[in-house]
Amino acid sequence: MSEKKKDELLHDHNHDGIDRRGFLKCMAWAGTGAFCVMKGGVLNSYSLSRISEISTADMMGELSFVQISDSHMGFNKPANPDVAGTLKAAVDKINALPHAPEFMLHTGDISHLSKPEEFDTVDQILKSATPKDVFYVPGEHDVLNDDGKQFLERYGKDSRGAGWYSFEKKGAHFIGLVNVMNLKAGGLGTLGHDQLEWLEDDVKHLKHSTPIVVFAHIPLWSVYPDWGWGTDDSAQALAYLRKFGSVTVLNGHIHQTMQKVEGNVTFHTAASTAFPQPAPGKADSPGPMKVPAEQLKSVLGITDVNYIQGKHALAVVDSSLA
Amino acid sequence: MRRSASVVILAAVLTIGFVGTVEGRRGFALSAQEKMSTMEVKIDNFSFGPVTLTVPVGTTVTWINRDDIPHTVVSTDDSKTFKSKVLDTDEKFSFTFSKAGTYPYFCSIHPKMTGKVIVQ
Repeated sequence: MSEKKKDELLHDHNHDGIDRRGFLKCMAWAGTGAFCVMKGGVLNSYSLSRISEISTADMMGELSFVQISDSHMGFNKPANPDVAGTLKAAVDKINALPHAPEFMLHTGDISHLSKPEEFDTVDQILKSATPKDVFYVPGEHDVLNDDGKQFLERYGKDSRGAGWYSFEKKGAHFIGLVNVMNLKAGGLGTLGHDQLEWLEDDVKHLKHSTPIVVFAHIPLWSVYPDWGWGTDDSAQALAYLRKFGSVTVLNGHIHQTMQKVEGNVTFHTAASTAFPQPAPGKADSPGPMKVPAEQLKSVLGITDVNYIQGKHALAVVDSSLA
Repeated sequence: MRRSASVVILAAVLTIGFVGTVEGRRGFALSAQEKMSTMEVKIDNFSFGPVTLTVPVGTTVTWINRDDIPHTVVSTDDSKTFKSKVLDTDEKFSFTFSKAGTYPYFCSIHPKMTGKVIVQ
C-alpha cells in the first residue's frame, strides 16, 4: 500500500498481522452495511455504497458463503403472516449479491413445527438460490415429536449423533454442531458429552493456522441466559478451539444480529428470515416481535461471509431484506 | 340482591364442602357450573400460569397454549409421567392425576419454562 486511502486502517499493535482495532471497528459497522476485506493482513473497510469503486480482486475473498437462519416455515401469526414470501425475498437478496456465494449455511429453525410440508417448502424455495449446496444444523423447532429423526433423514446424511459434522472449504474447516437436543428443565442449549468428544478429536490434528467456522443454532456464548440464549457447555467446545488463530462462530435462534469478539473468536448471530425478536430484556418474553408491516423486511436479513485464503479473520456482513 | 344471595349461598355451600377435601386456599371464586375435577393451566408469554398448581387426586389438568409460539408440556419426574405433543396456539393437552405427588414439568422447546403440579 503506497498511499493510505481514506478508509484504510493500518494499526498492527500486536505485530501479528491482525488489525484488531480496525477489525472491531469493522464489526461495529457491519450492521450498517459496511464491508470489510482482509488483504495482506490489513483490514480495509468500505461502505456498501462504494462497492463499485472496489476492484474485483480486492472484493473477491477467495471463499464466499451466506448464512440464513430461522425461516420458521409454517409460522403464520401477525408478526409475519407470509414467512414463505420473506424467505423468497432472502433468496432474491442472495442472488443479487455482487459475488455469488459458493454455498449456504442454515443455522436452524428451518420449520416451525417440524412438519414434512414445512421442510419441503423451504427446500423448494432454496432451490432457486444461486448457491446449490446448503449445510444445515437443526433448531429446536426442527426436532419436535420425533427426537430429530426426520431432520437427520433430510439433512444429516453424513453426520454423527444428532447431526453434527465437519467439512473443508478452501482450507477453512467448518463444524456444524447441534445444541438443541436433550434440553434439561431450567437449562440452556447443550452440546453433550458425545459431541464434545467428537469435536476434540475432529480438530486435534488441524494446523493452528486453519481458519475455523463453527455453526450451531443456539448462541455458543451467553447472550441472555434468562431467555435461554446460551449453551451450558460451550466453554468446553471453545477450549478445544483455543489454539486456532481464527475462529468464527455463527449462530441463530435470537432473531437479531449480535456480535462479540473474544481473543481469536468472533461470535455472530444472524437475523431471521421470518420474524424479529426483542433485544435481551426489552420485553416480557423472547417471542415474535410485531413491527409495522412496512418495516418487517428491515428487521429480517441474511449474512454474507468472505474469506481470503491464507489470511486471518473472516469478513462477516449482515444485510436486511429491505 | 335476591339472585346474588342464592348464588352466594350456593357458592358458600360448595366452598365449605370443598375446603373439607382440599388443603390450602384457592384464589378464585367457584361458580355452580364449574366442574371441580378439571383445572386449567394457561401457557402464554413463555410461561405457565399458574406456575404451581395444587389439585386433588383425580383432577384432570388441561394446559392450553395462548402464546403465539408452540410449546410442549413434559414432566421431569423420574417416571416421566406425562409428555404432550407440540401444542400450537389454542391447542390443548390434558392429563388426569390419579396418584398423589409432586410433578415438576417444563417446555422441552424452551427449557427455561418450568411449572409444577402438586397432587394431594
